Amino acid sequence: MDLAILNLIIILVKIVVVLAAIFLTILILTLAERRVSGFIQDRLGPNRVGPFGLLQPIADALKFFLKEDIIPSHVEKPLYILAPMLILVPALMTFAVIPFGDEIYRYFGGHLVGIRFQVADLNVGVLYILAIASLGVYGIVIGGWASNNKYSLMGGLRSSSQMISYEIPLGLSIISVVMLSGSLRLQDIVQDQAHLWNFIRQPLAFIIFLVSAFAETNRLPFDLPEAEQELVGGYHTEYSSMKFASFMLSEYANMITSSALIVTLFLGGWQVPFGILDGLNLPIIWEQIIQILSFVIKTGFMLFVFIWVRWTLPRFRFDQLMNLGWKSLLPLALLNIILTGLGLAIFS
Amino acid sequence: MIQMILFFIFAFLAVAGGVMVVSHRNPVYSALFLILTFFSLAGIYVLLLAHFIAIVHIAVYAGAIMVLFLFVIMLLNLKSEAQAKGAFKYMIYVAVPMAIILCLELGFIGFHQYQQATSKPNDTGTVESIGTALFSTYLLPFEITSVLLIVAMAGALFLSKKKLLVSKE
Repeated sequence: MDLAILNLIIILVKIVVVLAAIFLTILILTLAERRVSGFIQDRLGPNRVGPFGLLQPIADALKFFLKEDIIPSHVEKPLYILAPMLILVPALMTFAVIPFGDEIYRYFGGHLVGIRFQVADLNVGVLYILAIASLGVYGIVIGGWASNNKYSLMGGLRSSSQMISYEIPLGLSIISVVMLSGSLRLQDIVQDQAHLWNFIRQPLAFIIFLVSAFAETNRLPFDLPEAEQELVGGYHTEYSSMKFASFMLSEYANMITSSALIVTLFLGGWQVPFGILDGLNLPIIWEQIIQILSFVIKTGFMLFVFIWVRWTLPRFRFDQLMNLGWKSLLPLALLNIILTGLGLAIFS
Repeated sequence: MIQMILFFIFAFLAVAGGVMVVSHRNPVYSALFLILTFFSLAGIYVLLLAHFIAIVHIAVYAGAIMVLFLFVIMLLNLKSEAQAKGAFKYMIYVAVPMAIILCLELGFIGFHQYQQATSKPNDTGTVESIGTALFSTYLLPFEITSVLLIVAMAGALFLSKKKLLVSKE
């Protein structure tokens, strides 16, 4: 077989596997959120459907498919239908550059191909993530505006101003990580953490990135755009059935993408701690499986942290939110860059 | 071959987006078509091996500037325009063939130029070369641009400040 066609098939297989893994994780997350919140609030979550409630996501999915999809008569129909898709696509696109394993070489039909466990190895990986993160604003703004409803419009505008305010500390905290690794490729950033993970070398950047990631995904404590007590439903008030399901899907997809990013940039990506893997000399395929498993476990832990914080902290008021973003996080991120630069200049 | 197909797809989307920006009545739809044009232009930048420019184009233009445009349109509640009455009823039968001929000519010339530009290997669009140039040859314009941005921000803050009322005691 031709080498080009072989590479194309490998890329298609990677895309299918990554998308399937994301959707499976979203399903598990819907159940995990309710069970973990029940655990934190000292009650059981849903445990009737299937053993330990494991078939609950299937019941939820069936409910969304079979519910009546109402399109109110006063909405702007083309934009109303487009908005849920506009949120889902950037959330999934960011996952294309996240590495979840090292590169291996195998023989296929006489050709030696290198299979990278990353859908697209861009040499501007970090910039791509920042660009796609700033595209996530559109779906919410368009959804809020197309609903022709004052609550939705206020929710949409609040959410978009929150998201664009917190993109700046997000980007600035990534810059200090890039200064340490010297490259914008995500695979290089993961390799750079072989000795010490970045959350020890850059604790301030880790905290700033964590807080900004919460704000970017509209999760509590930055939950104001969908605050049930204040805005009825925020930007997804007028949506029902499948479109509402895609808003929920995209919120969980954003959560998964943010967790995977935090793991890649600060928690060592797919690397196993303390160099355990170099000690035992396992065959290559086992090393790959353990590295992918390590990535999955770390991402799962970060998702648990997302859910944990949601059910622990109360919600910020909108002016407190904006003050935190512009007056606290932005100067702290700039200070961090200065300190990192000084450290690099002195110690190398 | 693939590059020619991709170039024509991106070019068609860019031109179609541009035409819809000026011809649609609702300003929100015009803004969205402009975003489509920006994405197509970023695709053409990638075909010209200027990766940094493509990504920064998306991040700055489509990600920040168009969001502010949409804010303004939604907050000012701009309505759709009514259609203007045409003077010459059969204008469309003249305009469309001429537009098609113009597009074909421009496309052909554009593709010829683009082939000439990419036939020699060229690495001036990568992040490393831009970074090196910014910090060595073009250091002074870079620093002065940062001062310009601060002046613009200070001007915006000053213009939007509410006047403090002085109470007469």
